[in-house]
Amino acid sequence: MFSQPLAHHQHHQSLAEADAYHGKSAETRHLKPGELSTGTTIMAVQFNGGVVLCADSRVSTGSYVANRASDKIAQLHDHIWCCRSGSAADTQALTDYVKHYLSQLAIETGRLPEVKVAAHLMRRLCYQNKDYLMAGVIVGGWDPVSNGAVYNIPLGGACIPMPFALGGSGSTFIYGLVDAEYKENMTKDEALALVRKAVSHAMARDGSSGGIIRTLVATEEGNVKEFISGNKLPYGPAGW
Amino acid sequence: MSLSLQSGGSSSRVSASSFSATGTGIVAAANAAGNQVTTRPITTGTSVLGIKYRNGVMLAADTLVSYGSLAKYKNARRLLPVNSRTLIGASGEYSDLQSISDLLIANALEDRCTADSLYEEDNTNEECAKEVWSYLRAVMYQRRNKMNPLWNDVIVAGFQQNPDGSTSDTPFLGTVDKIGTAYEDDMLATGFGGYIALPLMREKYRPDMEEGEARALLEDCLRILFYRDCRALNRVQIAKVTKEGGVLVSEPYELDTFWDYKGYVSTKAGMGTDGGW
Repeated sequence: MFSQPLAHHQHHQSLAEADAYHGKSAETRHLKPGELSTGTTIMAVQFNGGVVLCADSRVSTGSYVANRASDKIAQLHDHIWCCRSGSAADTQALTDYVKHYLSQLAIETGRLPEVKVAAHLMRRLCYQNKDYLMAGVIVGGWDPVSNGAVYNIPLGGACIPMPFALGGSGSTFIYGLVDAEYKENMTKDEALALVRKAVSHAMARDGSSGGIIRTLVATEEGNVKEFISGNKLPYGPAGW
Repeated sequence: MSLSLQSGGSSSRVSASSFSATGTGIVAAANAAGNQVTTRPITTGTSVLGIKYRNGVMLAADTLVSYGSLAKYKNARRLLPVNSRTLIGASGEYSDLQSISDLLIANALEDRCTADSLYEEDNTNEECAKEVWSYLRAVMYQRRNKMNPLWNDVIVAGFQQNPDGSTSDTPFLGTVDKIGTAYEDDMLATGFGGYIALPLMREKYRPDMEEGEARALLEDCLRILFYRDCRALNRVQIAKVTKEGGVLVSEPYELDTFWDYKGYVSTKAGMGTDGGW
């Protein structure tokens, strides 16, 4: 419902088009037949020395859960990761391209690529193909220059650096919670606790998000990937 | 647009406008006479499961009513008693379920008040489940003919009718859908349950199943529905109708879930992969 692009102006539709439009459910209208969507809740928070990324694990086609334990946090380079939301096919393809370009760049420059560069590459692809893609991505990671950075790349291909980023259909339910609980200069553990709590709450209310929570902490030392089972979430899934 | 408050609920409303289109899609359409007709459900419940067992019939459903993709009401009751030995459960539009429930309870009350005796033990004219099911089928079909359906798939559980009109001891389980299709069987499911739960129920069903077995089977089906249906929840209710005990609807409780397969825990989106699945 909330991740739809703006609805088309209906007055200029023919009756046949109007029928086809309303014949489809609101959730799947934007997808091609049979296409998978990562309904999703994704989140990333910057802290002193790195970044925490977090995602749910539900992949849905309409109301069917095609995969209840998917991995939406993809690695772009040694210390750079991205959270994927939107069409599963589109985001997987984008991830492949950016991974390829980044590894080339690292060889050519002999240095670790910056998160800013990875985000920019992703944004270029999303912006220049905006009419064909349905992808909302959060790029986050560690590099020696920024010491931890998060970039939100929503549907149109804008690239917005922020201390914390939310994305996916489930994010709409937790803007209030995150606005209330976020504070600057958090420690790694505080950031981890916040993302787990927030994503749990989103999963409890968004039908397109659910399953398990995966978290990824990217720092200079390396990457730590964790898994929280669906029956041990900080909140929910039933909740109140 | 005028609002009207009439008995019979959503059966007749008059609208001055012919087509009300909003930015997100048409919610209310009008027929030639200008009466409003339903075109899509707003607050919806998902699957209801039903199965006969040794001592009676059991129904199961989760307690979620969704608002599109929002899991809005997580403690909603979708399994409702209508008289002392009949139970209904429904998926689809929740307001229409409440309307159906009010209608059937009103019928039961009227039967009680116009019976020869006001005492419960003399109450022999109470409608059995089969009668309720037949009545509902007429209601749903009539609404469908007016292009204004009650947007539900209803399951009716209880007992059959004896030739003399009294309620028998033979269990009954039947369903009526939004266009008035009436069907009875030993096990039923609505919505997603038809795809995911019904095959499992058909595999495990035996006519002399104990209550514990039937309940375990239904719980397992509900758990799998929670895994695979975006509009399902793991907070559920089970209800049963038995000869001795009448109708019993449990309080909602939460099912445990399992996620610790090695294939689930391991990460799949590292450098050597194609970006995750």
